[in-house]
Amino acid sequence: MYVAVKGGERAIENAHRLLAHERRGDRSVPELSLAQISEQLGLAVDRVMSEGSLYDRELAALAIKQARGDLIEAIFLVRAFRATLPRFGATEPVDTGEMRVQRRVSSTFKDIPGGQVLGPTFDYTHRLLDPALAEAGDPEAPALASTSDAPMPRVTDILGQDGLIERSPDADPDVPVGDLTRDPLSYPAGRDLRLQNLARGDEGFLLALGYSTQRGYGRNHPFAGEIRFGEVEVEFFAEEIGFAVPLGSLALTECQMVNQFKGSASEPPCFTRGYGLAFGQSERKTMSMALVDRALRARELGEDLIAPAQDEEFVMSHSDNVQATGFVEHLKLPHYVDFQSELGLLRKLRQEFADANAVPVLKEAAE
Amino acid sequence: MTAMTVELQPGFADKVLSAQSTFRMVMEAMARPGHVMPVDDGGGRPPSMMAGVAAIALTLLDQDTPLWLDAAFARAPDVGTWLKFHTGAPVVTRPDLAGFALVAASETLPDLTSFALGTPEYPDRSTTLILQVPSLSTGPTFHLRGPGIDGVTSLAATIEPRDLFARLSINEALFPRGIDVILADDQSLVAIPRTTRLSPAGA
Amino acid sequence: MNAPTYNFAYLDEQTKRMIRRAILKAIAIPGYQVPFASREMPMPYGWGTGGVQVTAAILGPHDVLKVIDQGSDDTTNAISIRKFFAKTAGVETTTSTEEASVIQTRHRIPEAPLREGQVLVFQVPIPEPLRFLEPRETETRRMHALAEYGLMHVKLYEDIARFGHIATSYAYPVKVNARYVMDPSPTPKFDNPKMDNCPALQLFGAGREKRIYAIPPYTSVVSLDFEDHPFTRYKFDAPCALCGAEDSYLDEIVTDDKGSRMFVCSDTDYCEGRQAAGHRGVENAAPHKEGAHG
Repeated sequence: MYVAVKGGERAIENAHRLLAHERRGDRSVPELSLAQISEQLGLAVDRVMSEGSLYDRELAALAIKQARGDLIEAIFLVRAFRATLPRFGATEPVDTGEMRVQRRVSSTFKDIPGGQVLGPTFDYTHRLLDPALAEAGDPEAPALASTSDAPMPRVTDILGQDGLIERSPDADPDVPVGDLTRDPLSYPAGRDLRLQNLARGDEGFLLALGYSTQRGYGRNHPFAGEIRFGEVEVEFFAEEIGFAVPLGSLALTECQMVNQFKGSASEPPCFTRGYGLAFGQSERKTMSMALVDRALRARELGEDLIAPAQDEEFVMSHSDNVQATGFVEHLKLPHYVDFQSELGLLRKLRQEFADANAVPVLKEAAE
Repeated sequence: MTAMTVELQPGFADKVLSAQSTFRMVMEAMARPGHVMPVDDGGGRPPSMMAGVAAIALTLLDQDTPLWLDAAFARAPDVGTWLKFHTGAPVVTRPDLAGFALVAASETLPDLTSFALGTPEYPDRSTTLILQVPSLSTGPTFHLRGPGIDGVTSLAATIEPRDLFARLSINEALFPRGIDVILADDQSLVAIPRTTRLSPAGA
Repeated sequence: MNAPTYNFAYLDEQTKRMIRRAILKAIAIPGYQVPFASREMPMPYGWGTGGVQVTAAILGPHDVLKVIDQGSDDTTNAISIRKFFAKTAGVETTTSTEEASVIQTRHRIPEAPLREGQVLVFQVPIPEPLRFLEPRETETRRMHALAEYGLMHVKLYEDIARFGHIATSYAYPVKVNARYVMDPSPTPKFDNPKMDNCPALQLFGAGREKRIYAIPPYTSVVSLDFEDHPFTRYKFDAPCALCGAEDSYLDEIVTDDKGSRMFVCSDTDYCEGRQAAGHRGVENAAPHKEGAHG
């Protein structure tokens, strides 16, 4: 006699137990600590904080450990935790012009006030696997210079002094900055919401879209005006005491692209901007983001809408890897009820086709 | 308590569970227009506010819901403070910006078209009107038809303004835009969503 | 480290209020999709986050919850969601359609008739019935605003021209209260007639797409069709092999690699109830053909 499948609850419990076992791996190998992940896989932690939208290195490291190194799964863990956190308010805007810079490069000027600072970068490393790293060992101590107090103005601010680049829009106190995690999104979306969406967006998706603009799908002639990475202060305006109090500092990467100019009968031509910002050191992400931000401004700047990267609904609806992975992977859930419906319809259509054409359809083996 | 000091009344004793049970009453009321749903007097409220109105306010309002108060509620010294403390809802003076409107007295109910009625694309962006009425158990009988009603149902209630249901006939031409109304007295509430068609008994 | 603590039914109160307000508007405008600020839930998008948020916003300690996936209480996703609410809200759970006050479902409507006071919560992947014809939200929203549904009829008619039938067998579009065209979620069209004039409240939650919609009780729900090609309900030729039911939706069970198969009720509670009442089917029934009847 046929008995319907039972025991799903037991199966789930056992599957999770097995997962925990696999996560730990060979027990004779020392277990990873969160500090090891945070210190030695720092760029993975940065990505999880950025796309997880939560600045907490320890939680991001925990998520990476729990997710067995699957970064999208780790981002998901962080997001689900973030959604339950109470809101106390919004901080004052951070000032990246005041950043304590560890790295700063510009491709538009040979030298700039404050200089080019290579900092920690894979750039110019020869991509040769290093067998020495397979063994434990301390690398050479870094060469350090004394901290310079020289101001390091943003390249776009230097261009802005001469009016060569469009002004950054000023904050409008009557129009609060949107938050797509708290309000349902509707189109067309403002640049605030677009940038939030891109900041949370999947690095790979943005990379591909940014790349597509370079290859002619919505080309916008970018120059990397400046990429800077370092720490900025975060302040919170406390209504009770009437002034801003410091909360701490954040490591940020900012990319400002300088793009194709705009102009009109009433305005002289000037360069336009594309903007990228991410937690930690995330250059690929912020550069891609800046390319896509600029592409999404096509309508505002009166450019032809011809490419995927310029299509706000397309980009914003598909950039989120937590949404995307959920929906793609949901195809492994049972669908046998709707499949049965399709199967029945298909069999009927085939039978009718056979009847109409008087050709024997390959009979199913059981019949 | 002296005449000079107005003590702030408490809200729900159990915020989570009272909000849940009140919401279920409101949801059931909205799903079954004309059906009188009981409301627990969950806790404190300003003296001029009936229990039904207070419970709905504590359940549905917060800092994300612009709130319009009619002159009678706006005049009452404790209503504004109580609502601000327990819900945080920002009070607006333009009814067309209100997510919710609380109305205590019929003579201060403005023309219904002065409230937000939604747009053809977003008909949900409309004001929900919460109207305090004398009685939802006795009074003239009305017939109601529409979604949520098995054929026809009737409601006997004393409602001010007396022509409210006639005024709600604007919903028919406006649909899917429109205004949704919740009537409340001290023990109960009744919802009249924009899909409900009303007529006096015998008409 | 911030050790997580969670509220009754998981969601914080502000989120519940936001969802509750959306539910009320959804009921007031039957079949219209209300945008809501869907939260990230501790299960993946596409796995019922919309249904879970709706259930979490309405559920109270006096509720009795039933969760089904593909009609069954014992599929892994149904178990997982049921456990989530048993843990976070401490509610009583059941497999009985009759006893439940709230039923969360994926892809089916129970066979047993629903009654007044019950709430059926659907998990919805793509809430927009016009999405497969027009991918842009800005466009489909305009079509709904103008009740401009010609495109849908063209699509259905093209099916007829090509296949002789409307080639949609699940997620079959309906018109609600003679106004909005609505996606019933990927239920088989067999279940569509159960939505019409149903005494229970039907709520639909789409988490990833951030939409909530509703059908109030006793509301007209009409499957789209044409005079010369009326809507037909898919029907099986043979009864359930376990309980003998002739009026239920059946799962096809492949029993060996020689093409043998049998058909049993997809609604496990319905099937078990009938068996308990003494109904018997031809277990291990010979394979049979199924077809469609009006």
